[in-house]
Formats: sequence, structure tokens, C-alpha cells
Amino acid sequence: MSLLDRELSGVVMTPDNIRTKKLSLVANLGVAVAALLVSAALVLGLGIGNWVLVVVLGWALYLVGLLYVAGRVEGRRAARNRAWKSLIYSACILAILPLASVVWTLVSKGVGRLDGDFFGTSMNNIGARDQNGGAYHAIIGTLEQVGIAALIAVPLGVLGAIYLVEYGRGKFAGTVRFFVDVMTGIPSIVAGLFILSFWVLIVSPWFNDGQPRFSGFAASLALSVLMLPTIVRSTEEMLRLVPGPLREGAYALGVPQWKTILKIVVPTALPGIVTGVMLAIARAAGETAPVLLVAGGAAAINFDPFNGNQSSLALYVYQQAGDASKYAPARAWTAALTLVTIVLILTIAAKMLARRNSLTR
Amino acid sequence: MGDYPSSSTDATAGGSGVTGRHARSAGTGVSPSSYEPPIGGGDGLPKKARFSMESGFRGLSTAAGAMVLVIIVAIAIFLISKAVPALRADTVNFLSYKQWFPNDTDPKFGIAALAFGTVLSSVIALIVAVPIALGIALFLSHYAPKRLANPLGFVIDLLAAVPSVVFGLWGRDVFMEPVRDFSVWLNKYFSWIPLFGGDGPFGRSILLGSLVLAIMVLPIVTSLSREVFQQTPGMNEEAALALGATKWEMIRTAVLPYGKPGVIAAVMLGLGRALGETIALALTLGTVFAISFNVIENGGNSIAANIANTFGEANATGRGALIASGLVLFAITLVVNMAARAIIYRRREFRDSAA
Repeated sequence: MSLLDRELSGVVMTPDNIRTKKLSLVANLGVAVAALLVSAALVLGLGIGNWVLVVVLGWALYLVGLLYVAGRVEGRRAARNRAWKSLIYSACILAILPLASVVWTLVSKGVGRLDGDFFGTSMNNIGARDQNGGAYHAIIGTLEQVGIAALIAVPLGVLGAIYLVEYGRGKFAGTVRFFVDVMTGIPSIVAGLFILSFWVLIVSPWFNDGQPRFSGFAASLALSVLMLPTIVRSTEEMLRLVPGPLREGAYALGVPQWKTILKIVVPTALPGIVTGVMLAIARAAGETAPVLLVAGGAAAINFDPFNGNQSSLALYVYQQAGDASKYAPARAWTAALTLVTIVLILTIAAKMLARRNSLTR
Repeated sequence: MGDYPSSSTDATAGGSGVTGRHARSAGTGVSPSSYEPPIGGGDGLPKKARFSMESGFRGLSTAAGAMVLVIIVAIAIFLISKAVPALRADTVNFLSYKQWFPNDTDPKFGIAALAFGTVLSSVIALIVAVPIALGIALFLSHYAPKRLANPLGFVIDLLAAVPSVVFGLWGRDVFMEPVRDFSVWLNKYFSWIPLFGGDGPFGRSILLGSLVLAIMVLPIVTSLSREVFQQTPGMNEEAALALGATKWEMIRTAVLPYGKPGVIAAVMLGLGRALGETIALALTLGTVFAISFNVIENGGNSIAANIANTFGEANATGRGALIASGLVLFAITLVVNMAARAIIYRRREFRDSAA
């Protein structure tokens, strides 16, 4: 009689015995409660921390306890499975916390100055003791800069993507594709410095009696450098989804390639392209560093993007955050709320549009 | 209209050469310039124009594609051209000096402390963010029910869209308080570890900046690794499960090895973003020019944050000095990004998804 047989001789083969044992939910919760109680007793008893430490220590104790209890009931491998599952779930909860805090702060602090004055006036002649003052000039700046940047980057980006998909073959196209990807990672401050040294310090003195001139247009240039790779990448992805037979059908009817691209391929991929462009615009609207370096920031309303300093919403938030006035933080938060609202509306609209897109992978 | 006056002319008068040109599949690389007009094609055939719409459009799109390379080269050239005069005026070693006084009559500035702060804050941010991001990515790809995974993934993507200045403001106005309390607690019980030593004040520290950075790189790492995990062949997963693996063992033996290159690339892209982050760090770091491993005392600085903070009072040499530091940052991020992309490109199946 082998060892196994001897051990099993007393066991009746009921369904309970053939199935692997499972840790019940009650036991699981029991471990959790016990862990919390032990940690509370430890932390508060020794006076080494507050409720945050209780939760963190309780969580660690719960993992250890779960590993032990489940190990006794279910075996080592299943216990490990459980512990990792708990870890993964808690990573998720941990990531939601700061997001919730950001949203809550934005809304609760942002509504304070959400009035007509904020959207109707600029910061011109607003001193440290003035409670009012608004972001009208900054909103104008953002709209103009992002608009001009889109005017530059969208045709360039779409054409570049057309090259990569329709014409580009061989080593050069591969190089271009690789550097488009690399370019998505260029820090925004480097794009700002590039336009600063190229446009503001070298080109703009030609038009301005030898003096470097900050302008909203320079900010647009910097933003378009940042938008370009995003647009190329998303457009390229969309153009690749256009079915080949559509192109071949056009060629068979005698349509030249450029016309096929402009009249057949691009219109088919248009919703996807628009989605990519909107995401790029949303990203550009939130950039602060390039605007800070090349547009200079201004307190007064300036409609002319080619002439004189301009502000933008993101820059406005940064400047108000650094302002010593006690009314500045309220303005900063309201501007941040406005900015996030604009960016999120653009992003959500783009994703909605992407969902209705018939070309999907 | 170049050599295509109308489609009907082509269709009726087309010799074999014409149809051959039109019937080729998309982009075989045959350019119209290499096309020879058919002999005796009839009077209806238009003359081959030297400049046609086709070659014009091709040239235009090629130029647009080449523009990307031009911009990258131009960034390097213009940054160097403005950085060199400032570096010549520098009276100390740019690479090893720690302070930043480029606006004095004899300019003294060096990048040592800034580069150190940049790397330290980014590395701490990644140490915090990557495990959490991988956890969320696994949750979204393998644990969560589809009805929960899709909206949650959407929320993570939205997190990536929030401007960095908002995170910076939040970090400074809201997050600083718990971090300061935490720092005081760490200092009280763990001051024997050099990382947590010092005697205050605490708060606007590398720790705060790194944690804000961690929150900002989280969505990038999450969404990239999620896509990679989702692409694990179902066969591999099912084979592992069929051999009796638990869910975690299946993930460890099938999902993680398959996704490893993608995860490494995602981490490096996150590193690239963390290294270049400007405004969030300008608002949260304590702006001290020193090389110190103490992460909880007020202090810390980074290349990008220093540019944003000191640009306002910079003179010509000061600007050149900032541009020189930006050049260093550009070189570092370029190397990191190129390495990440090279890893992605080695695995073809990741190439089209990893945006």
C-alpha cells in the first residue's frame, strides 16, 4: 500500500473532496478586517503615524495574511495567484486616487472665478490688490496660436503621411518614419528653444530693426513642430487602413495617382485624420513652455499674432501660479479649469469621432 | 492639369504604355519621369509635360516627409549656433560646474547639478510609476471585465491629455501638503538612510516633483503596455492555462515574456517624457543648485525647469547658456527615444500600434 493510498483510504470521494478547495469570501474579508485591526492597534498604539499609515500597513498585512491563509487552504500556487491579483487591483485603485483629487480640486477651486468678468477682461492694469482681472487675452492667444499652428502643421503632416503611405519606399522612407516617431518624444521646451534661436533671435530681427521680437506667431511655429509628428503618425495609420482595391479601382478607371489620393484615399480616411488632428490640437493647446519662451506673455489684449507679445491660457495659469497676489491662485485655478475643459472636450469629441469611424483595425 | 487633360482622352487614345502606367498597383515606385511615351500612340495623346501634376504632387509630399528630418537637423544646428558663443564666454567647465550665473560679467554656469536633478527625478518617477502602470495595464488587458476595461482605459487616455501645467499647479497647491507630512514622517523614523536625512524644511523636494512626474508618465506607460499585452497570441495564453497554470502563472509565462520588448520601449518613452517635462517641475521643485541624494528636503532642479524659471531674467549670454543646457537635454532625449524606437521596430507587430 503506497503512501498516497494510505492517505486517501479514509477519504470518501464526495464532490467536495475532488474539487480543489477555495478560500471563501468570508475568510478573505476576515483576513482583511484582522489586518486592518492589527495595523490600527500597532500604529495608533505606538503612535508612529496617522490613518494613512494604518491603511498602508493594513494593506501590506492583508497581503501577507492572504498569502498565508490561502496557502493553507488552496496551496502555494493558488495563493500566489490571489496575492498578485490583489496587487494588480490595488495598483488600479492607487492610480485613480490622484486623478480624482485633480478633478475635484479643479472643479472646487476653479468655479470661484467662473464669471463674466473672467472671460471678458484681460490682466491689463490689474494690480496685486485687485480682485478682478480675467483671461480674455489668454483665450484669444491660445485660439490664435493653436489655429495658426494647425494651419501650418495639418497640411504638412497630412502630406508627409501621404508620402509615407503612397510614395515612400526604401531606406529614405524608413528613415523618415523612424524620425517621425523619434520626434514625438522631443520635449516641448526644446521645440521652444529651437524657435527661440531660429525665429526670434535670427529671423525676426530682419523685420524689426535688428531687435528680436516675441510674437504669437513664433509660438505657433513651436506648437506646429510639436503637432507635426502626431499628425503624421495618426494620418499614416488611417491611410494604411484604406483598402487597396479602392485605389486599384480608381487606377483601373484611368485616374492618375495624385487624383486617386486626393479624391479617393484621403476622403475615405478623413474621419480618422480629423480625430488625429483634434488630438494634436488638444495637446498643443496645453503646452506652456514653448509659449513662455517665444511669445513672452502679455497682460493686455493683443489680437495681432505677428506683432508683440501674446499670452496663452496655459502660460496664464503658469504666470498666475507664480504671482504673489493673494487673488492670483483663484485666477490660476479658473484658467486651469477652462483649459482642461477645452482640452477634454476636444479629446472626447475626437474619440467619439474615432468610434464612428468605419475604418477600424 | 499637366499631361492629363481629361480622363476620356487617356481612355480612348491610350496605348499599352498608358494603361500600363495607370494599372500599376499603389506605389510600386515607378515614377512618371521614367515613363517613356509609346511610339505611334496617335495624335490624341497629350505631349509629355516636363512638369506634371503627378510629379509635382509627389515632390510636394516627399518634401513634406523630408521636412521632419530637416526640422530635427535644424533643431541641432540652431541650438548649437546659439549655444557656442555662450559656452565660449563661460569661465568655468560647463559639464562639471554646479551653479548657474550666466548673467554676470564673467559668466559662470555648469550643467552638473541640473543634469543630476533631471536624471534623479526622472528615475524616481519611473521607479514609482512603472510597477503601477504595469499593474493597471494587466488589469485592463486581463483582469477587468470588458465593460469596465473600456471606460477605464478611456479615462487613462484622458489623463494623458491633461496639460502639464495643471499637474504642476495641483502638485504645488494640493499635493505638497501630504508629501510634506510624509517627508516629515520619513525623516523622523528613517533619517539614518541618507535619502531621508536632513533637518528640513521639507515639501518642495525631489520627492514631490518625482511623484507628480510619476502621475504624468503613468498614462503613457499604461496605454502602450496595455496594447502590447493585448496582442499576446491567444494560443500562448490558452496553452499555458491548459497545462494547469493559474492566471498569474499564465501571465508570467505567456504574457510578460511576449510583451517584454514593448514594455521596455514604453518605459523608455516614459523616461523621455519625464526627462523633458518642464512646467510641472518648475512649479514643484525647490530650485537649488546642488548635487544631493536627499530626496525630501526642499531642493532639486532640472534642466527644463531651470530654463522656464530663469528665462525671464536672462541676457544674451544667459539665453545662450539656457540654449546650451537645452541642447544637452535634446541630446539625452534623442538618444533615449531612438533606443526606445529601435526596440519597437525590432518587433514588427508592435510597430503599427505603439503610437
